[in-house]
Amino acid sequence: MDIKDGRTVKGVNFIQLRDAGDPVELAKIYSDEGADELVFLDITATVDKRKTLAELVTKVAKSINIPFTVGGGISTVEDVKVLLNAGADKISINSAAVKHPEVINEMALEFGSQCIVVAIDTRNVDGIDFVHTHGGRIPTLLKTQGWAREVCERGAGEILLTSMDHDGTKSGFANEITSEISSMLSIPVIASGGAGNMKHFKDVFTFGKADAALAASIFHFKEIPIPNLKAYLAAEEVAIRI
Amino acid sequence: MKVAVIKYNAGNVQSVLYALERLGADAILTDDLETISKADKVIFPGQGEASTAMRYLKGKKLDKLIPELKQPFFGVCLGQQLLCEYSEENDTACLGVFPVKVKRFIPENPATFKVPHVGWNNIFDTKSPLLRGLDNSSFVYYVHSYYCELSEYTIATTNYIQDFAALMHKDNFYAMQAHPEKSGMVGERILKNFLELK
Repeated sequence: MDIKDGRTVKGVNFIQLRDAGDPVELAKIYSDEGADELVFLDITATVDKRKTLAELVTKVAKSINIPFTVGGGISTVEDVKVLLNAGADKISINSAAVKHPEVINEMALEFGSQCIVVAIDTRNVDGIDFVHTHGGRIPTLLKTQGWAREVCERGAGEILLTSMDHDGTKSGFANEITSEISSMLSIPVIASGGAGNMKHFKDVFTFGKADAALAASIFHFKEIPIPNLKAYLAAEEVAIRI
Repeated sequence: MKVAVIKYNAGNVQSVLYALERLGADAILTDDLETISKADKVIFPGQGEASTAMRYLKGKKLDKLIPELKQPFFGVCLGQQLLCEYSEENDTACLGVFPVKVKRFIPENPATFKVPHVGWNNIFDTKSPLLRGLDNSSFVYYVHSYYCELSEYTIATTNYIQDFAALMHKDNFYAMQAHPEKSGMVGERILKNFLELK
């Protein structure tokens, strides 16, 4: 769920935001429907964002009984402490890690790798995969594969890999880069961006070698009910919790 | 009924408190020896590193108290591991309630079996009042790099890289590697079963 000013929103290619409902209510629904894990990404730009995010985390933690990750503007060990104490299971960092990679080491040392997710937004530019930051707006000179290896070595517990070429397009996950990174690393890779139908999920777990798959709009706008998706994947012999 | 949740330098304690709150339990987070001794049930949650946790427990004299407790006691995740005699995590002597060793996962193929073991996995051979009402092969949520070896105290197993002790039981001590507070309806049932133990 992308969160802006306390509401769930969804954009296409990280822009054109649509309202998708109350995050706490949605969290409860998804948890009851069988989602295995939830991710909240706060894209609010206001100054009191930190406080409102911690409040949201507390509300979510009180109402659901599955793990969830929180991200969006987290840059220091102190930020992480506040959110974990509020009840988040994991935090995700993105731009701050690119700017100061050593924060990954610091956070992993302080809280354990298991709760440090590094989100990587990638875009293919002329055949080469580059890391982008700030919600995908700003390109960097980092190659995605090299950065993924570095964050793993620095102590990240998971990688949330979003392909901005696929995000919001509903044309399927980025199986190629997901497979490449998942095969290369000893930590789980969550594929994100591009889910449009049930077969896309099967493909990302088989061809894409993803350890988990994330989707937003197809669930928010009720295009694919989670129980149907899981029943389909189980029938297709993908190992999944029913 | 009063439930004491042992306070120490471990993460994820808040989620355990919320889960107990959802079940209507009267829970208190505490490291006070007397409060813990007098509670009807004790939960020892966890997520963290073994040697740091043991140091904290020793500092609060909880290392002496915990093995002596007589009420139903439930160690979760790192809580399970600390109840064992020894952990390979920084070569740590633990509380010794279970004569069991805690080992690190060593996968033959690190790209297939990733460490930490993160995510949902099944529990098998469920044979305990703690697991009443659950199907064999129910799913629970794991986050761990170390595991408890199988022993006569194992009451359910999970297979990841090899079989390990998903849950253990000895006298009044119960322990679980996965996080019941994060394991959906299955986890809620396990916590409820624990609260209903006599």
